Amino acid sequence: MHRRRFLLGAVIVGFGNTSVQALQKLTPGMVPPPFSRTGLDGKPVDLAAFKGKVVLIDFWASWCAPCVIAIPHFRNWQARWGGHGFQVIGISMDDSASEARATATRLHVNYPVVMGDAKLAIGYGGILGLPVEMLVDRDGRIVSIWHGETPPVIIENAVRASLG
Amino acid sequence: MRSSLLLIPPLLLIGAAAESAIAATDIIPASALIQPAQLASELKAAPPTILQVGFSKLYQQAHIPGAIYAGPTNSETGLTALKAEAEKLSRDAAVVIYCGCCPWNRCPNMDAAYTTLKAMGFSRLKALYISDNFGQDWVDKGYPVVMGQ
Repeated sequence: MHRRRFLLGAVIVGFGNTSVQALQKLTPGMVPPPFSRTGLDGKPVDLAAFKGKVVLIDFWASWCAPCVIAIPHFRNWQARWGGHGFQVIGISMDDSASEARATATRLHVNYPVVMGDAKLAIGYGGILGLPVEMLVDRDGRIVSIWHGETPPVIIENAVRASLG
Repeated sequence: MRSSLLLIPPLLLIGAAAESAIAATDIIPASALIQPAQLASELKAAPPTILQVGFSKLYQQAHIPGAIYAGPTNSETGLTALKAEAEKLSRDAAVVIYCGCCPWNRCPNMDAAYTTLKAMGFSRLKALYISDNFGQDWVDKGYPVVMGQ
């Protein structure tokens, strides 16, 4: 489904034109699209492997100030709650892996980071601005989605609630 | 003041400096801004030349019809791409640059793109004011968009 939507190619929408397919937005309760990629550290990262955990998916980029400001919070939560079934996964929208890797190293990221692309982003409803965070519960369903700069305490409270 | 500064861990200061270095400086004058509704209206009549100066994965997902990718202008590579596209244009052409990667005051691309084009002599240069991001301020508003290219 997601592959077919991507292969539709160039489509123009807007001004009431309903004859073409728009981005399929993800909403709470939905299951996030699966993905399996090689992480920046060379290890495989498969979203399905984290079923049963509370997962925070973070779309970010090295040049995105709000993204970079949020990462130390995610790192701290990973360290604090990783043993309690919590997992952060970073998806970098940088053009090059070297830029993402340098930033992840500088910020001492302690969770897997993969490179994102347009196909993956469209599958996630379009990542048309950064950052975007998505919280997935232990049943593999989306709990919350945050677009743009979000106070960390809001995400933290949602994580705490999901961890129980 | 000095004593309180001394209490701030050095790493935090380094981090703050790094973050400010990638944030916008907001040097584009208000008179050079164009609002999304106005640009959307102009697309139907006399479209200007539109340059997307943000990250390529945003452009590949969705962009304004007719927009040319020329970025990201927070890098030398992106500025080179912008200059190459700009060289093809008349200096009195109506040109609109936009990004939408992140909130306006956080964008690392718009100031550099605006400054570069102004220095090249573009007299009818406008910057699309996207307050939050391209998704919320353009796509979600129902303005024209090309997707998946």
